[in-house]
Amino acid sequence: MDTIDVLIQLAWLAGAAAFVIGLMRMNSPATARNGNLVSAGGMALAVGATGVLLLRDGASATAWIIIAIGIAAGGGLGLYLARSVAMTAMPQLVSLFNAVGGGAAALIGINEYIRLVNAPEITPVTTTVFVVLDIVIGSVTFSGSLVASGKLMGLSITPSRPVRIPGGHLVTLGLALIVTVSAIYLFAGNESLPVLGLILLVALIFGITMTLPIGGADMPVVISLLNSFTGTAVAMAGFVIDNVVLIIAGALVGASGAILTKLMAGAMNRSVINIMIGGFGGGEGTVAEGGAGGTVRELGVDDAAIQLAYASSVIVVPGYGLAVAQAQHAVRELADVLEAKGVDVKYAIHPVAGRMPGHMNVLLAEANVPYPQLREMDDINPEFERADVALVVGANDVTNPAARRAGTPVSGMPILDVDKAKNVIVIKRSMGRGYAGIDNELYVNPKTGMLFADAKQGLADLVAAVKAL
Amino acid sequence: MTDPLLTNFIIFVLAILCGFAVISKVPATLHTPLMSGANSIHGIVLVGAMIITLHATDPLSQVISAVAVAFSAMNVVGGYVVTDRMLQMFRKREVPAAPRPDEAGEQVEG
Repeated sequence: MDTIDVLIQLAWLAGAAAFVIGLMRMNSPATARNGNLVSAGGMALAVGATGVLLLRDGASATAWIIIAIGIAAGGGLGLYLARSVAMTAMPQLVSLFNAVGGGAAALIGINEYIRLVNAPEITPVTTTVFVVLDIVIGSVTFSGSLVASGKLMGLSITPSRPVRIPGGHLVTLGLALIVTVSAIYLFAGNESLPVLGLILLVALIFGITMTLPIGGADMPVVISLLNSFTGTAVAMAGFVIDNVVLIIAGALVGASGAILTKLMAGAMNRSVINIMIGGFGGGEGTVAEGGAGGTVRELGVDDAAIQLAYASSVIVVPGYGLAVAQAQHAVRELADVLEAKGVDVKYAIHPVAGRMPGHMNVLLAEANVPYPQLREMDDINPEFERADVALVVGANDVTNPAARRAGTPVSGMPILDVDKAKNVIVIKRSMGRGYAGIDNELYVNPKTGMLFADAKQGLADLVAAVKAL
Repeated sequence: MTDPLLTNFIIFVLAILCGFAVISKVPATLHTPLMSGANSIHGIVLVGAMIITLHATDPLSQVISAVAVAFSAMNVVGGYVVTDRMLQMFRKREVPAAPRPDEAGEQVEG
């Protein structure tokens, strides 16, 4: 080991240390941004050291061209997407970046296996084990994350509603069996590219069948889980090419991602296993009995404006509809005119409002909503009883009182106690259902008035009407 | 104790324990940025993708390694930039939080 080698290894170690410190700093809002920069610095150092390694090992001109084109194309596309995407589309973008990370890990495994099979020496079984693990986990995350991303984008081939696969768990079991048998065949010392190809194909299909049956509302947890998988795949790739920094960083993400997944599922009062196996809540489409009955009261803009302007306290419940309509600025404007009239305005933030935990906080912070007005669920729920008006903007399942009863698809999910407010105004485009695919009993509550409008337009109309009073 | 595989395995296990320890009580608000931050860290696979170009002599492995480099570069660059964009939003809170003493004052009066 010469001096340059030692320096490269030390640079990788420093990079890995920067990842650990960066993650630790991201645990708290005050240091989070700095933590991300520390982590990025570590990445730059590690990649730079790899450049030195390639120089030392006399990489061919072709290799440099491949690297230059790859980094320019991939990095450029990543930069463009990361800069241009709307805040609302953030979750699907993270999922897309996760997919390509897993894909890259799998490609490294494939490439190494082809090289080893073509080499005259016999491939060590330990290497084969890591190659297979790398390819299986990497491919599952690749296709799984793409499906998750597609679900969040609302693509028609990947509907956000849970899709039941014919045969369901039998298909899953069959696919797992094929991978296991093929893997054992390879571990027994047989070198075969077609068998590895079969494993690759089945793993890709498995990623799809695993993610399709899960409802859009659970996607954040799934993305976090797949993120953890990618970390593990990268660590496996590190074993395959005997590279320590890949092992450390991959294991770090694999473990921290697992903990984060558990925390996220906990915030929704669900278990990870329940989410992965059950689809949404596991309810076999038993729509809340009798819940859908009753009449819906439609409310005009002027009536709604009067209710709001003469209330002494209003709690705004923002949901995904607000995010989609980019109505965060409009809601802030309404709050401003109401506050000018002496109304006390607060925001009730459900842990999974939007599409990911913390998503709604980000959006409202973007619209300069004062942070002290953003209240978390446990904090605000006792206050609904005292609120004159609860204004629900584009939120659905998180307000459904049916969640308090057993036997509905949303049962057990923590909800905002919107129905306890003296009056409820719901701004919604139609009577359409939320991600859970069931009717919301809140809408037929006698206290509830429905204002049918796009979130942004409805809020703008309300602002004008309140000002005119 | 010279088996590199064993050394790698020891490092792997210690890194896993480190990953468990690093995530403690995170407020729900930070779940999304933290996931995104962890997501960019596994972009380290770029190092691996660069290394495999060393042996990429035939067209197939050249294509594979080019795609691997492009994928992982997208993961790295996009991941860090998007995480920074999210966290930038959080920093803005400090500014509007400034009039807090006023509000507190009003509440005391009321």
